Amino acid sequence: MELVCPAGSLPALKAAVDNGADAVYVGFKDETNARHFSGLNFKEGKVQSALSYAKTKGVKLFIAVNTYSQPDGWDKWQKAVDVAADIEVDALICADIGVLDYAVSRYPDLNLHLSVQGSGTNSESLTFYQQNFNIKRAVLPRVLSLKQVAQVAKKSPVDLEVFAFGSLCIMAEGRCYLSSYLTDQSPNTCGACSPANFVRWQETDAGLESRLNDVLIDRYAEGEKAGYPTLCKGRFDIDGQVSNVLEEPTSLNTIELIPDLVAMGIKAVKIEGRQRSPVYVQQVASTWRQALDEYARDPEAFKVKSRWSKALSKVSEGAQTTLGAYARSWQ
Amino acid sequence: MKVSLGPVLFFWSKQKIYDYYEQMLQTPVDIIYLGETVCSKRRELSTAEWLELGKHLAASGKEVLLSSMALLMAESEVSTLRTICNNSSLRVEANDLSAVQLLSEKKLPFVCGPSTNIYNGRTLQVMQRKGAFRWVMPVELSGACLKSILQQAQTLGFSDDIETEVFSYGHLPLAYSARCFTARHRNLPKDDCQFKCLDYPEGIEVKSQEQQQLFNLNGIQTQSAYVYNLLGQVAEMKAMGVDIVRVSPREQGTEEIINRFKAAQNEVLNEIPLNDDMCNGYWYAKPGMDYIAG
Repeated sequence: MELVCPAGSLPALKAAVDNGADAVYVGFKDETNARHFSGLNFKEGKVQSALSYAKTKGVKLFIAVNTYSQPDGWDKWQKAVDVAADIEVDALICADIGVLDYAVSRYPDLNLHLSVQGSGTNSESLTFYQQNFNIKRAVLPRVLSLKQVAQVAKKSPVDLEVFAFGSLCIMAEGRCYLSSYLTDQSPNTCGACSPANFVRWQETDAGLESRLNDVLIDRYAEGEKAGYPTLCKGRFDIDGQVSNVLEEPTSLNTIELIPDLVAMGIKAVKIEGRQRSPVYVQQVASTWRQALDEYARDPEAFKVKSRWSKALSKVSEGAQTTLGAYARSWQ
Repeated sequence: MKVSLGPVLFFWSKQKIYDYYEQMLQTPVDIIYLGETVCSKRRELSTAEWLELGKHLAASGKEVLLSSMALLMAESEVSTLRTICNNSSLRVEANDLSAVQLLSEKKLPFVCGPSTNIYNGRTLQVMQRKGAFRWVMPVELSGACLKSILQQAQTLGFSDDIETEVFSYGHLPLAYSARCFTARHRNLPKDDCQFKCLDYPEGIEVKSQEQQQLFNLNGIQTQSAYVYNLLGQVAEMKAMGVDIVRVSPREQGTEEIINRFKAAQNEVLNEIPLNDDMCNGYWYAKPGMDYIAG
């Protein structure tokens, strides 16, 4: 299986390339990609350097243009596709049907992947994207159980890439508007979920409070570890009971599933986290590289090493990990 | 301009569904969307029974369509979808690209529902060519954005070939998950949910720790706690070329809302009846939960 790693900057890209990534995915410095955070991503010229660095080391570069174009901003999405095609990127990762349609009509030879934001969760939906836009690969949303991934893999007309590690979206990607409901910006429209410019931290008598556009997301007692106020991971109230109504702060870690994923014929595993530091990328890439290599060397004897788990939980959100939807019990 | 009744997003008992639609027959609603769009475990009515109900409603002159699921995760769900798409009596609202695929393969006309992610005129054109005769705008888009999309459709020369529908009233469908939040709230695993959604005919309200109403849990679906209400924007929508306003079913008061949306097309509304739990921010490109006075 191919190891696909994130990079939000050139140092992160180098960390990925130097630590065992088979491919690195990046985005441009605007709302055309789903990690549109300030200080992150690549200008046109920088993408070229990224590509050169990756190429000399035999690593592929993918570019994500995976938000949904609104009519007034079409030029940006078109330009993003044009630049990616012009520099001959190894794959363009898209979600918007208008963008896919443009890309396949204008650049028939461009290798297109369906982004996780395209919400392709079943074989018929993937067939739609394959027949109409000639996609070669799809990234599956983090909503399928392992058994369901196997079902899709059996019938899928394209190669599949699944999430292996990183922040856990608990909603079907591309179909979640919770962020715009609170802030007017969502992953689909702006490439941001719970955007940082809406976040406010406040020390109060009741404890440390995190707010998103003034809405109280969580309140921490003294000594309690506080996390970024991603709104689906806040503590809310149902009938007077306060809890993590939707999900706890936690990261996805599927390293133990490597044998299953290989058996299903999954083509690639994806590491989430273009917004994370080069150190994160280095840690996660090298750990997953070791795991994949160890599996390849002797599949029968494959066992998750405790040092891998330790290394990964150090960089996990909430310092705990889960199998997420892959495990039926999580659902 | 027509008024439609969206699919019931909640899980109601069979009798409750039958009673509800008998009432709806007495209203001036023009279009009715039927069927389960949220969770495949909700089987108070089988696909065959939904179809029968649809035929019965259609016999009274209403336009009736079957709505398909928004999130299909299992092969069994795709198989139910095939049955829905193969039916020979009612047209289908596609709420996932899988439905678009099955319907376009058969060259059947269909509606692109609100979760098919049509954010621009180019996407809309692809769908129109595939067989969409109507589309419902994603709920998070604004009136200004809709205007641009419709202008784009005009420039691209297909605006006369597709109808536009806007989700205009009800709890907004905001997200879908593999996880069932109703079962989680009741400390049950999803595989043994005991159909607890039946206990919450209008969902489970989630508030912030400051008692601000935020979300409404409906099984695997997360909705807005506030009720979206574009009654005050009907004239604007009409001027812009919107063909249909959609009312999303609630347990109480649907008839009254349908009547008001019907009336709003022919009169200037001086007073918008609003409770304090309404919102319309999305229409104004603001946070969806905001309410902007018109």
